[in-house]
Amino acid sequence: MLLIRCPYCEAERPEVEFTYAGEAHIARPADPSALSDEEWRDFLFIRTNPRGRHFERWRHMHGCGRFFNAVRDTVTDKFAMTYKAGTPRPSDEEIALAVSASSAATPAEEARP
Amino acid sequence: MSNFRIAGKGRVNRSRQVRFSFDGVDYTGCEGDTLASALLANGVHLVGRSFKYHRPRGILSAGSEEPNALVGSNRGNGRFEPNTRATVLEVFEGLKTESQNRWPSLTRDIGAVNDALYMLFSAGFYYKTFMWPKSFWDKVYEPVIRNAAGLGKAPTAPDPDVYASRFAHCDVLVVGGGAAGLAAALEAGRSGASVILCDEQSEIGGSLLSEPTAEINGQLAWDWLEDTNAALAAMPNVTVLPRTTAIGYYHQNFVGLCQRLTDHLSIVPDGAPRERMWKVRAKQVVLAQGAIEKPLVFAGNDRPGVMLAGAARTYLNRYGVKVGNRVVIVTSHDSAWHAAFDLAKAGVEVAAIVDVRGTVPTQLVAAADALRIKTLIGWTITGTKGRLRVSSVRVNPVTTGGKVGGAETIACDALLMSGGWTPSIHLFSHTQGSLTWNEDGQMFLPGRGKEECRLAGAGKGRFGLKAAFEDGAAAGAAAAADAGFTAQPASYHVEGELSFTGVTGRELPTDRDPGHAKAFVDFQNDVMAKDIRLAVREGFKSIEHIKRYTTNGMATDQGKTSNINGLAVASDALKRPIPAVGLTTFRPPYTPTSFGTFAGYNKGELFEVTRKTPIDGWAAENGAVFEPVSLWRRAWYFPQVGEDMHAAVARECKAVRSSLGMFDASTLGKIEIVGPDAAEFMNRMYTNAWTKLAPGRCRYGLLLGEDGFIRDDGVIGRLSHDRFHVTTTTGGAARVLNMMEDYLQTEWPDLKVWLTSTTEQWSVIALQGPNARKLIEPFVEGIDLSEGAFPHMAVATGKIFGVPTRLFRVSFTGELGFEINVPARYGRAVWEKLFEAGQRFGITPYGTETMHVLRAEKGYIIVGQDTDGTLTPDDAGLSWAVGKTKPDFVGKRSLSRPDMLVPNRKQLVGLLTSDPKTVLEEGAQIVLDPNQPVPMDMVGHVTSSYWSAELGRSIALAVIQGGRSLQGQTVHVPMPDKVHAATITGMVFVDPENTRLSA
Ligand SMILES: [Zn+2]
Repeated sequence: MLLIRCPYCEAERPEVEFTYAGEAHIARPADPSALSDEEWRDFLFIRTNPRGRHFERWRHMHGCGRFFNAVRDTVTDKFAMTYKAGTPRPSDEEIALAVSASSAATPAEEARP
Repeated sequence: MSNFRIAGKGRVNRSRQVRFSFDGVDYTGCEGDTLASALLANGVHLVGRSFKYHRPRGILSAGSEEPNALVGSNRGNGRFEPNTRATVLEVFEGLKTESQNRWPSLTRDIGAVNDALYMLFSAGFYYKTFMWPKSFWDKVYEPVIRNAAGLGKAPTAPDPDVYASRFAHCDVLVVGGGAAGLAAALEAGRSGASVILCDEQSEIGGSLLSEPTAEINGQLAWDWLEDTNAALAAMPNVTVLPRTTAIGYYHQNFVGLCQRLTDHLSIVPDGAPRERMWKVRAKQVVLAQGAIEKPLVFAGNDRPGVMLAGAARTYLNRYGVKVGNRVVIVTSHDSAWHAAFDLAKAGVEVAAIVDVRGTVPTQLVAAADALRIKTLIGWTITGTKGRLRVSSVRVNPVTTGGKVGGAETIACDALLMSGGWTPSIHLFSHTQGSLTWNEDGQMFLPGRGKEECRLAGAGKGRFGLKAAFEDGAAAGAAAAADAGFTAQPASYHVEGELSFTGVTGRELPTDRDPGHAKAFVDFQNDVMAKDIRLAVREGFKSIEHIKRYTTNGMATDQGKTSNINGLAVASDALKRPIPAVGLTTFRPPYTPTSFGTFAGYNKGELFEVTRKTPIDGWAAENGAVFEPVSLWRRAWYFPQVGEDMHAAVARECKAVRSSLGMFDASTLGKIEIVGPDAAEFMNRMYTNAWTKLAPGRCRYGLLLGEDGFIRDDGVIGRLSHDRFHVTTTTGGAARVLNMMEDYLQTEWPDLKVWLTSTTEQWSVIALQGPNARKLIEPFVEGIDLSEGAFPHMAVATGKIFGVPTRLFRVSFTGELGFEINVPARYGRAVWEKLFEAGQRFGITPYGTETMHVLRAEKGYIIVGQDTDGTLTPDDAGLSWAVGKTKPDFVGKRSLSRPDMLVPNRKQLVGLLTSDPKTVLEEGAQIVLDPNQPVPMDMVGHVTSSYWSAELGRSIALAVIQGGRSLQGQTVHVPMPDKVHAATITGMVFVDPENTRLSA
């Protein structure tokens, strides 16, 4: 079970308090009627589905109830950072900074036979 | 029965004898015995038949890695478990056990014919042998295989036991209570860190329990162990959990521990949990799981009496049991020599030590000579004999050129083998930690980890006691330091170390045809070396594919004793080095774990929450039959004496249509939407227009997803310009609120709107029927109920029976109706008052079934029953509920996508069967031409279907391609009895002019 940091509660909480809410930074178009069928299809269904760094939304369902964004690696499941809804997509530098600041796992020592 | 217990040896309690049975024969063991040690003490090696070939099998190991000795264990009172490992099961007074996979008896087993037919059962036999003819699969092959294969029989009675679970947090979790784990726990404990130490065995100590003569810091091992256990017990910050297996290692140092609490007791205290799942979140983890000995791969290595040398040593030193009277050792590793020495010193005749290596440490040979043990260095083993127990072995010299010389036969009653040791890296592997191949030790070792985790001791390839202690101490101290404590690892002085060099893992050379050698790699799944070679010949290259094709390592032991041997055989066949062939992935649980442990408290009534309305108690007292609706239990119908469901529902329906019914609608989802922008928010969320809805009026609201499909519906009342009382479907309440919150928080955070779930704040009583107004008029204060002042779809606040109410004039039946919302705590009282006052109208409580019939008679849809997530408002005949002039709402853009506008979309229509007595099955498929060839072209399905007492016939709703344009046409509904004809109609069957709504 993952530990997830809620950026509103400013606390790490177990995964069972949260629900996943899909990919982040997909804003609903201000005027959907202005979109072509293809553009609307892309908004509805087309997602990046990356292997690796994924920007995604979570809701602190059984906590403060807020939706927020997260950067998670889909291979390792590891969260790089979480941030409030409405804040822009963090840059590579910001993500790297967040990873180094967090108490990321210290790798086990290399095996010495 | 012969007694193989040796005086003065072992840790079992000789003064506490326990009686148990195996296959109906009574035996005596000692407190502290496992079933395996107790059977061996009685001279019993044969304990089961193998999975595929039904070959006689004995006890291979002395631990949880056991692949062979699986038994059915009966702990009484319906407590039966199949596939219990005899090497783990602790004996107690009255334990009943039985062998598996044999018929009619263990010694005479008809299934053993498979052994003679072994060529049929080679690698991939499932995929090849039974492919033809196709019709044989269901009727012949599958049942026969199912009957013949498989291991134990599943219990048929419900599990009577209770299971516990708990969360725990600690600074340092130490997995494994052997030398390394104990040293780690000591360091972490002394530092003041909170520590959990768990070990799967009944006693803490690991290999120390088999090393009574080793000296640690000047103390004999068992004295040191006793003092250490006492020291740990005295530390309030340390929790020691024996009989507790770390079964899985998950993200962020979350480790599942299965603690066995009562399986070893002859009398289980009432209500005591059998097992407890610990869900531990640890700041630091030390894995000290030790190593597992590998069998050697040679013909006949699976015969009862053939056993791992380390296991034989454990049975001798820990349990005081000799595994035979005349033993032969075959090994590629030093450690087996110590088993020979210990057995010889205990008076067992050691017929020979066969070492497949060309050279052996001289001190071992000297020690063997001193004990007058014959040594055959550079020899191989090429066969064993003995039907139900090994009686002799066939050994041959091997020249330096690799030529196998003439065979020699040595009589024995036990053969002890060792192919070296495999570090237990399973839990580390669960964390996706990388593994590196160690060529010298021929073993995989932990590489880079992904968690805050250290490994120590033999589990990391550091063999020997001193190495284990010091590695463990270093890991424990470092883990404590990383958790914020200060620790200085102690050093250890050890006397009496075993020698730990050896080579590993190749099928042994033979002078016979290896293509016919029954040289087993995976004992539990009956996989032989030649099966793996066959898989390679047939083109399999990846070990993951070879594993699945041969099933090597796929049994319940997950290949603990077979993976590396299988890999070595595959590596030889592929002519590629082992690291290039790769290792299969280990997955939780580490050892087989009961379903009960995973379920924990979540069984029976606690399986999931049962939500009950404030009126539920009244319904129960008045004979309601209940049905589950999402998490709620709802009154389904109220049968009177002698009534079945059909009769009760017909009576309830008639009462509503003719006079008055009452219905508990409290489960309806309710959301209060409040704020200056409430109407704007409603406009954006729902399809309908809300701006012009006057306070005091209601509207049917339809909610879509952005894809344009119906998600939910409900009546929504506007209480004031900035306050809406939204109702949702019973099952949709949480989902709708989540969706609303999502849009409000992330798309339109500028809107000044607040959302509150009020589902459980209100009790809702639906009063439906022509006499509804007459009943409540005298009891309502502050609301003019006259038709002109309070028409259909009106809402007002006032009082009823002196209780505050939000009164809705709404109908889900087509009759004059009210939905009386009162604060939940008054729900039952108001219900009872209405029931009492309503007697003069013959008021009839009704349940969800009648509600369904009445709404279907009116063509009112149930979202999720008549819709399935693919219906647009137009598909459902609800275009009138869409505010077409609104610039936008959730889902609007999708309604103009081309595929939403095609004419043959499935549309909701009514269906009347040609035979009025036929009630169609909900979900039944619909075809236009019943005589077309199979597979038929299915144009839709029945969504709702009931008997209508009002009409004296059946009615149904259905979705049919282009259905609205097919009005009056006949369609056909194939059902199990026959194909039924039905006519497509409109959806409203009763009172299409809605005259009754305003009666
Ligand atoms: Zn929060």
